[in-house]
Amino acid sequence: MNRYVLDPTGERTLPERAPSPRPAALAGRRVGLLDISKPRGDVFLDRVEERLVADGATVRRYRKPTFSKPAPVDLRHEIATQCDLIIEALAD
Amino acid sequence: MNAPGLPDGLVVIVKEECATCRLVAPLLIDLAGSQPLAVYTQDDPTFPPGVDAVHDADLAVSWHHRVETVPTLLRVEGGREVERTVGWRRDHWRRMTGDDDLGADLPPMRPGCGSLSVDPDREDELRRRFEGSRLRSRRVELAAAEDEIEAMFDRGWTDGLPVVPPTEERVLRMLDGTTRAPDEVVATVPPDIVEVTVEKVAVAAVMAGCLPECLPWVLTALEAMCTDEFNIHGVLATTMPVGPVIVASGPGTRAIGMNSGVNAFGQGNRANLTIGRAVQLVVRNVGGGRPGEIDRATHGNPGKLSFCFAESLDSALGSLAVERGATPGADAVTVFAGEGPRCVVDQLSRTPESLIGSLAAALRTVHHPKLVVVFDAVLVVGPEHERVFAEAGWDRRRVVDGLHERLQCPGAEIVRGAGGIDEGMPASFADQTLPKFRPGGLLLTAAGGGAGLFSAIIGGWANGQTGSEPVTKEVSG
Repeated sequence: MNRYVLDPTGERTLPERAPSPRPAALAGRRVGLLDISKPRGDVFLDRVEERLVADGATVRRYRKPTFSKPAPVDLRHEIATQCDLIIEALAD
Repeated sequence: MNAPGLPDGLVVIVKEECATCRLVAPLLIDLAGSQPLAVYTQDDPTFPPGVDAVHDADLAVSWHHRVETVPTLLRVEGGREVERTVGWRRDHWRRMTGDDDLGADLPPMRPGCGSLSVDPDREDELRRRFEGSRLRSRRVELAAAEDEIEAMFDRGWTDGLPVVPPTEERVLRMLDGTTRAPDEVVATVPPDIVEVTVEKVAVAAVMAGCLPECLPWVLTALEAMCTDEFNIHGVLATTMPVGPVIVASGPGTRAIGMNSGVNAFGQGNRANLTIGRAVQLVVRNVGGGRPGEIDRATHGNPGKLSFCFAESLDSALGSLAVERGATPGADAVTVFAGEGPRCVVDQLSRTPESLIGSLAAALRTVHHPKLVVVFDAVLVVGPEHERVFAEAGWDRRRVVDGLHERLQCPGAEIVRGAGGIDEGMPASFADQTLPKFRPGGLLLTAAGGGAGLFSAIIGGWANGQTGSEPVTKEVSG
């Protein structure tokens, strides 16, 4: 007799999204820096910002309300509409 | 499969094997001559003799019309059952047939026999055949040479221990534990943000080894965990060693056999262990939260397999769930993002003042003696410690207030660098006094065996909006 079990997973079909093409240069690009609110993430991002500005990029800073939860949808939308590139900083 | 309809008039379901059915068989010949009568026979198609019976060979009629006893006599009007009696009850049969002389030579009453449709050897198969279409989960076929336990491991569906294979029969039986529909959405489970149905929770409950009566507790615990307040996403993802700790409250804990006594946190009690395990299997399999992936715990703790216990029903210190808003006497769960329990030993204190000093000293060390306010804790008072408070007339409020009073920390002792230890609170707190726990951050409950002057502490995780809030929810089936 055939034996069956029921699939315990969420049975999701994963949408596949290709990463955006890598830009040849940063000059003139809008780069978002997302601080996830871990201690000293800002120290790391301050230094990244210096380097990006030196390369001619425009930097915008964002911050999650708390590191422990996903970024709110409004923040994600804001970043997507205001930036060409995003760097997310995990630090402790 | 749709339920087969019944003809209007009288309907009798019998089996030859049953002595009571054989007793009433002669009556059916007379009744068939006087009014519309349909007879269904479960076993012998020629029974009852002299009656044109329908053979309910696949037991579809018996199953769908929930026949548990034979003979069952039904009256059907307009396609709907309006009256039923089981076994032989002369008064009932006379009323339903309108025949005041029916069975004059029979005894007034004879109990019936079990219907073949509820025969333990057949029930699971019938349930799968007739109710399997209620299920929506993908059916996964196992190869003939595949060991079913190993098959669960191979597909990545276990928590490291063997699980019970979730066959359709077992899942359908589990669903008997709830009145909710299988396709009802219970919660949205992080980290993959997947809606979990009652059916998928039942699958996990089977795998965890639950009995059906535990299912409402699993469903409710999941609802409590999958809230923004509890934040199971963060609890899962953190490097800290926390997982969902489930404190079960109310008389239902006793009804389903939970343990609030000897070895309450430990091995040996099926309900405690399987409820806690089932919710974690949902997080793993439905939510996609697996160790080494989204779960980044540095050490984790064994309670992440399952950490669920019942609080004492008759504690002098009252109930954690009631304190947190549950109706007294109601069944409820409180979910807390907690690490493993640790023991507080105090075998000498006989006054509440002395004992509370011990408990406060131990609570002071949760996660780090110099880190305050940001972590909650559950204090589980053991019965022998509880007695010290109860005999002195201390109630719950006095114990909690007394602990907070003794857990005020001078800033100078806990700032970074104090005591030669770099870890601690920021220097700006040096001139303040800070509480070890925020208001409401010390959760008091009672459990444990009757011998042993011990209590237990379960340290928490980042609290409040930043991390996780404990959530209490009344159990709904």
